[in-house]
Amino acid sequence: MSTAIELKAVTKNFGNTEIIRGVDLAIPRGERHAVIGPNGAGKSTLFNLISGRYPLSGGDILLNGESVSGLKPFEINRRGLSRSFQITNIFQRMSVFENVRCAVLWSLGYKYSFWHRLGGLKDANLRAEEVMESIGLKARRDTSAGVLSYAEQRALEIGITIAGGAEVILLDEPTAGMSRTETADAVELIRKVSQGKTLIMVEHDMGVVFDLADKISVLVYGEVIASDKPQNIRGNKAVQEAYLGTEAH
Amino acid sequence: MSKLRYRPINLGRWLVWGITALVMIVLPLIFTSGFTLTIMSQIGVGIIFALSYNMLLGQGGMLSFGHAVYSGLGAYFTVHALNLISKGTFYFPVTLAPIIGGVAGAFFGVIFGYVTTKKSGTTFAMISLGIGEMVFACSLMFSDFFGGEAGIATNRVMGSNVLGITYGPAIQVYYLIIGWALVCMAAMYAWTQTPLGRMANAVRDNPERAEFVGYDTHMVRFLTLVLSGFFAGIAGGLSSINYEIVTAENLGALASGSVLIATFVGGAGYFFGPIIGIIVFFVMVTAVGGITQAWLFYLGLLFLIMVLYAPGGFASLILMHVPVIKARLMRRLWLPYAAAAITGVVLLAGLVSVVEMTYHYSAEADTNPGMALFGLAFNVTSYTPWAVAAGLLVGGFIVSRFAWKAVGKAWGEIILGLQERRA
Ligand SMILES: Nc1ncnc2c1ncn2[C@@H]1O[C@H](COP(=O)(O)OP(=O)(O)OP(=O)(O)O)[C@@H](O)[C@H]1O
Ligand SMILES: [Mg+2]
Repeated sequence: MSTAIELKAVTKNFGNTEIIRGVDLAIPRGERHAVIGPNGAGKSTLFNLISGRYPLSGGDILLNGESVSGLKPFEINRRGLSRSFQITNIFQRMSVFENVRCAVLWSLGYKYSFWHRLGGLKDANLRAEEVMESIGLKARRDTSAGVLSYAEQRALEIGITIAGGAEVILLDEPTAGMSRTETADAVELIRKVSQGKTLIMVEHDMGVVFDLADKISVLVYGEVIASDKPQNIRGNKAVQEAYLGTEAH
Repeated sequence: MSKLRYRPINLGRWLVWGITALVMIVLPLIFTSGFTLTIMSQIGVGIIFALSYNMLLGQGGMLSFGHAVYSGLGAYFTVHALNLISKGTFYFPVTLAPIIGGVAGAFFGVIFGYVTTKKSGTTFAMISLGIGEMVFACSLMFSDFFGGEAGIATNRVMGSNVLGITYGPAIQVYYLIIGWALVCMAAMYAWTQTPLGRMANAVRDNPERAEFVGYDTHMVRFLTLVLSGFFAGIAGGLSSINYEIVTAENLGALASGSVLIATFVGGAGYFFGPIIGIIVFFVMVTAVGGITQAWLFYLGLLFLIMVLYAPGGFASLILMHVPVIKARLMRRLWLPYAAAAITGVVLLAGLVSVVEMTYHYSAEADTNPGMALFGLAFNVTSYTPWAVAAGLLVGGFIVSRFAWKAVGKAWGEIILGLQERRA
């Protein structure tokens, strides 16, 4: 199995504070990988580094064997990596349909076209309808994204992330703030949309993590202290002390 | 079965466009004076210019203080081209000459736009201002091309006569402008329905997310600006044919500011907003400007009121009534609206009196104290007219406030009613 994402001695400082302190991680293609860790451990920062939102302070990140460090977010996206945000990041003023369609345009090759009529783009419109169907927002097609409920916005967030058909998907706390039933729905949604793709997911809900993940990495103070199969993580002493123990209060 | 929803041909849209075209074509047959034809020609050019401006402001979220650079340079290039054509240096039909302005506008869009569109927001606004000033300064330095203070003049009548069209009579120029205006309006509307047009909205609303779905926000803004420069250049080209002269004013800050005001007052959030804005603007400039020196003051006041109380412009004021009309609730608004109109007239009379009397007083109180307003002659140095004017202003304001409250209350009830119906 080839490696989808590889982090080599990745570091990140904000000013004098070192937030990511030398992370090595290799995630094979097709794996569902969860990153867990206490608040402020640097999980979102790690996502921001992988997706090109922040520049690295040191080390290197490879996507499908090629370095992507120093590339802009859109360049990394065009190479097949897409991400969602912990704080919902959608096109508030556009309808659900327009949100999703914006997210499929580039991948279908329409780029900066001003000679295609959106209404006539059968493939883009069909793909957008499919995505809306799969995230369960078909009934909300023409609703402004800004007035959706929180759970619906989170679903749309995932929809925008997967719409372009990226092979590597990063989800930052997709179920945070959701009720029990909403979480169960979200888990099924994530399972469905990550079928055959590489998924990296930051998640606090251990039920979700153990349900979905093939492998779990534990990030504490900017360092990966363990990276293993779920059952081994559960029994890992260091992890229990550093994280799982505190989680239980 | 396909899951796609196929929309039937949009009848309403065809109707709106058809009526717009018809009105533009028929208007000069109703208003036959040369004066109205001049204004309507200006409005036609202004519509193209304002819609091109709104590609930046409304569609792309770029507040430009220097848009006249593109129309102005387009005008200069067209005027030089016309002079060369009439000398016989090369042949090009006058009917298509605005395209020369368009190409020039797009060209300078490429030159200036690459830097200006790197950032949006304040940075973009500041750089656009800087470039506007820079180009204006250049226009005074390179007088061979820009013609210095006098500008560059031309003659749009080339002697050649295709089907009787010489562009000698103003009516022919009007129809030339209307033809171009309709084509440009359709093209700019079509642009809003393309991938680039939609992504311009996306970049305006959330540039970060746009980058994470594969779009280079700089490129989206840049291409939008180039296209916008193209249409601005066409507007410039048309104005040079219309006036047969181009001066540095065409690319100056006043022209840039005017299109900003017109677009905003009309409503940058709607495609047709700038069209309303330009009509309001030229009515203010010509109708109000024709009777009082203080027209710029009134224009400024209108702009201020719109920014404060109707930031969506006239377009949003009109559109907010659509659901009310559909729900057949307009009858609840007529009374408060009538009250607001009547009290508004009193307030306006007071305001206009104070402004006009102040203007007159400061300008010629000693030499010519007599003045006339609303058909009444009086002495501006005596107390009575001031007392009356102040009374109208204050009294009008007080009664207006009651009317506004009534309007607000009626709207509150209507909104509540609409929400209940939806639920
Ligand atoms: N742009 C930034 N500038 C400065 N400090 C930052 C920045 N982004 C994150 N940090 C800091 O880095 C640390 C890690 O933040 P990060 O958001 O990555 O944590 P996290 O593991 O995602 O936490 P949570 O579970 O709360 O989402 C925090 O102390 C945070 O304050
Ligand atoms: Mg986080």
